[in-house]
Amino acid sequence: MTQFIIEFGTTLIATFRDILPILILITCFQLFVLRQPIPHLRRLIVGGVYVVLGLALFLIGLEKALFPVGKIMAAQLSDPFFLTGIAGAPAPTDWTAYGWIYLFAAMIGFSTTIAEPSLLAVAIKANEVSGGVISQWGLRITVAVGVSVGISLGAFRIVTGTPLYIFIMTGYAIVILQTFIAPKKIIALAYDSGGVTTSTVTVPLVAALGLGLSEAVPGRNPALDGFGLIAFASLFPIIAVMGYAQFTHWAASRRKP
Amino acid sequence: MSEKIRSYPISTIIKAVLTKLFSSFTDLLPIVLVIGFFQILVLQQPLPNIGEVVFGGILVVFGLTLFIQGLEMGLFPIGESMAHALARKGSLFWLLTFAFALGFSTTVAEPALIAVSAEAASIAAQGNLIGPGEDSLNRYALGLRLSVAFSVGVAILVGVLRILRGWPVHHLIIGGYVVVMLMTLIAPKEIVGIAYDAGGVTTSTVTVPLVAALGVGLASIIKGRSPLLDGFGLIAFASLLPMIFVMGYGIIVFG
Repeated sequence: MTQFIIEFGTTLIATFRDILPILILITCFQLFVLRQPIPHLRRLIVGGVYVVLGLALFLIGLEKALFPVGKIMAAQLSDPFFLTGIAGAPAPTDWTAYGWIYLFAAMIGFSTTIAEPSLLAVAIKANEVSGGVISQWGLRITVAVGVSVGISLGAFRIVTGTPLYIFIMTGYAIVILQTFIAPKKIIALAYDSGGVTTSTVTVPLVAALGLGLSEAVPGRNPALDGFGLIAFASLFPIIAVMGYAQFTHWAASRRKP
Repeated sequence: MSEKIRSYPISTIIKAVLTKLFSSFTDLLPIVLVIGFFQILVLQQPLPNIGEVVFGGILVVFGLTLFIQGLEMGLFPIGESMAHALARKGSLFWLLTFAFALGFSTTVAEPALIAVSAEAASIAAQGNLIGPGEDSLNRYALGLRLSVAFSVGVAILVGVLRILRGWPVHHLIIGGYVVVMLMTLIAPKEIVGIAYDAGGVTTSTVTVPLVAALGVGLASIIKGRSPLLDGFGLIAFASLLPMIFVMGYGIIVFG
């Protein structure tokens, strides 16, 4: 129990330190530049305390539950014994031997994105601003599908050792192409959804998967190949969101001739 | 606030709290299902410390619920009221200063960025790109952190300027992508992976709601701007510019 209180206190202080710059910035601007009383000050302070407390609890919970389990699973799934069924066998080099890894990457990418608080925040705002046309769950699921395809493809890249930039360049080319044909209204939101997917929940798990995989596969260097999964996770949601908007646009225009 | 709460019967409050907790639980359910599926059907191994894991899961549900509540009570309103107050003040200088400071100050202390730049320094030392001493490692990591923080500050500044002027978002983003592609060709390969990832780690859980509220708040107060079309896009800049700056840093340092 005391150990938990110490842990909680440490995380709470760390979270507070993270938001301290924002606090100082807003206070300075209110006092010296705007020189106005803040409306609903008490409510804002209560909200701020909730944010810090909530984030601290959230981080401790992740540290205790999700991260150890995710790391163990990533290690178990890329274990040569699990992959080949033979004790002491070297890890296979053939990319088809890693089927479970691709599935795990896709599913963990999807599920962690659904739980990502930043994405939830953007989904709430998008729903509010669009007058309910963009549903919170619709956006979150579309983005999560994008992340799951991205991470799975990123795992494939680590196994095969294809250079990162080939995938990223192709992805950018697709994004640029889609920008010209996708409905104008969705473009800014689509770009933004690339940035919010990779945050508190996704990054530690995905980084563990990338490093574990690049250590296990023969001929991969964790320093060079372990990176890049996060880039995949921020690129593919953009494609997914624009693609989904294009599809609904197309479906709507077909319905009314 | 407290006066208002007192006027509700206790059962209504409990019901509201339970609804919120349940909604956080639904957010986390997919993770539970994925882990359960792999442990039971694929790996067929028991989870170590199951009690600890369940306790952690409960903390996550409570934490997420509190965070979302605080988001709607604190972060969104403060972001929007700052946007409105600065727009009413009508001083371009202070608005842009605020935008830059928001981006720079929230990024420079970001724990994920500190971790990534320390990692990047050890990779660069392994590749003999920088001297092996502790001193040169620290200097390289600090340089990386400062260039990312500076780039996020510039990104929010440019993003705010875009909302004011009404520049189309895709011109800037596509332009940025073209620059990233060109720089990838000339940047040292040790920096490319880190540069791509740097774009993803800069936007933290507290910054995103604030920046989103700032953008939407500005776009809704300025005549002729649509909150959906113009209000979003700030986060996209904040993930794009660090890639360009980090690759630039790599080109300059490694020469």
